Amino acid sequence: MRDAFIAALHDIAAEDDRVMLLSADIGFAVFDKFRDDYPGRYMNLGVAEANMIGVSAGLALSDMRPFAYTIIPFLTMRAFEQIRVDVCAQNQPVVIVGVGGGLSYGVLGPTHHATEDLAVMRALPNMTIVMPSDPAEARAATRAAHDHDGPVYIRLGKNGEPALTDYSNFQIGKAAEVRSGSDVTIVSGGPILKVALEAADALEQDGLSCRVINIHTVKPIDADAILQAAVETNAMIVLEEHSIIGGLGSAVSEILAENAVGKPFKRIGIPDMFCHTVGSQEYHWQEQGFTAGEVAGSARILMQI
Amino acid sequence: MSALLEKPVEGTVELSRQADRYRLRILEMAIKGNGGHIGGSFSVIEMLTALYHRVLNHDPQNPNWEGRDKLVFSKGHCCLALYNVLAEFGYFPKEKLETYYQDGGYLAGHPTFGKIPGVEATAGSLGHGLPIAVGMAIAARHRGENRRIFTILGDGESNEGSVWEGFAAGGQFGLSNLTAIIDCNGYESLGTVDEIMSIEPLAGRLQSFGWEVREINGHNMDEILGALESVPFNSSKPSAIVSRTNKGNGVSFMENVSMWHYRAPSEEEAAQARRELEARINR
Repeated sequence: MRDAFIAALHDIAAEDDRVMLLSADIGFAVFDKFRDDYPGRYMNLGVAEANMIGVSAGLALSDMRPFAYTIIPFLTMRAFEQIRVDVCAQNQPVVIVGVGGGLSYGVLGPTHHATEDLAVMRALPNMTIVMPSDPAEARAATRAAHDHDGPVYIRLGKNGEPALTDYSNFQIGKAAEVRSGSDVTIVSGGPILKVALEAADALEQDGLSCRVINIHTVKPIDADAILQAAVETNAMIVLEEHSIIGGLGSAVSEILAENAVGKPFKRIGIPDMFCHTVGSQEYHWQEQGFTAGEVAGSARILMQI
Repeated sequence: MSALLEKPVEGTVELSRQADRYRLRILEMAIKGNGGHIGGSFSVIEMLTALYHRVLNHDPQNPNWEGRDKLVFSKGHCCLALYNVLAEFGYFPKEKLETYYQDGGYLAGHPTFGKIPGVEATAGSLGHGLPIAVGMAIAARHRGENRRIFTILGDGESNEGSVWEGFAAGGQFGLSNLTAIIDCNGYESLGTVDEIMSIEPLAGRLQSFGWEVREINGHNMDEILGALESVPFNSSKPSAIVSRTNKGNGVSFMENVSMWHYRAPSEEEAAQARRELEARINR
């Protein structure tokens, strides 16, 4: 996803000379081509995230289009108040690009895990949150973020994710039904969409028809797609690579509760904890029960099968 | 073309007198609103007067004029000073000054970008303005514009880590189109900066961060103009003006007294303050 983002941004920068790329000393060698092809439009601002966001706001106030890139916790939490005031309160077109969504940096430990970012970013007025699930979607999300006139947070994974989607028609705020189905719905987004699709396969093998909705835009969330699925299927699961507090599961819960859907519903995410276990992203997914078998099992329990 | 260039050039005595007129209005607004940061507004008012009346290229009739210089007023709690200067130039009607701190009013206790013409960036949370100004200076330089970027921050504000991230970036990138003015009135909320979290030796620190520094008496109009009119001090470095001021300057019983960081005066205090300021204006 990271390479897809930078390739997309390279193309966009050729079309729009207001685009600048800022990094807080993250991204070894990956920005060299951008730097060489667009002199003066790539800046490494050092390990100083708060300043990077303030600088980005100053650039945006000067009619530039900055993309500010670093690892998610340092970006969204260290510099949170700069994002709140400088970017969101002033409603500036700054694209905040975080790498390492969820447990992408599994072995690096909890300092590098991005497990509360959606919760804090969702709470900010004017903020749009895009969470691509694969490289194609990351490319589309980058372009959509550039076209959007306001703050955007792009939650990338790492690099080399498998292709899950084929979006010629990516639209901010519009969910994508990536699998049709009528018995149960799994709502997901980001690289863990892969597990949702595998769980749908497992359920299909049991003769259960499983809809999978890809919420690539966490905010504004596509309430219509969620409500339609809630009405048309018998149960709903949200699978997310984030704390169960404040993320996609919370957002979907809010929609279901306020619309009195009254159908079986379950959030699958990271419990209220730091993930101190040492291991890769895949290892963490196993630990957390983010597997096709566990998710399919939860669906069967919800449906009392 | 700046609207200012059409105005008669004011002498330094008249500019100082204008600063005292602003002080009187700041006082009246704080009394009416029953709050506001008088002390820090009084310490920075000569600097703001010099900037808007003599130094900045700006056009109040066209606040978004592309050729303008920009001032990022980072010590946003002292917006009483900024509001008065902006209203004087007609960025918004002077009657709106009456709505400061009022329910449903126009002017809040900290300045908001996009709502108040002439406010270049939202401020209120300290430590934000310098990085924003750095971004503006990078953009101006990238585009080859002649625009100059100024920012005013407080000495207490300079406790914030993000201020020093901003100073590091300004020095690293040699932003000669950027001038940071540190209004060193010596006080933060609960006491003196020196006793709470000293930033001294400030000039030396800024020099070591790659800035060209001048230290001035921030209530002396000649010194202020001498500094502002000679930026950049160095053609390859950002400029810093360490402006030594007194918190509450202009009213004897407010000078260097912590509580005037945010207190509004009683009737008796207000009467004395008015007398003192009127005497200064008429001297």
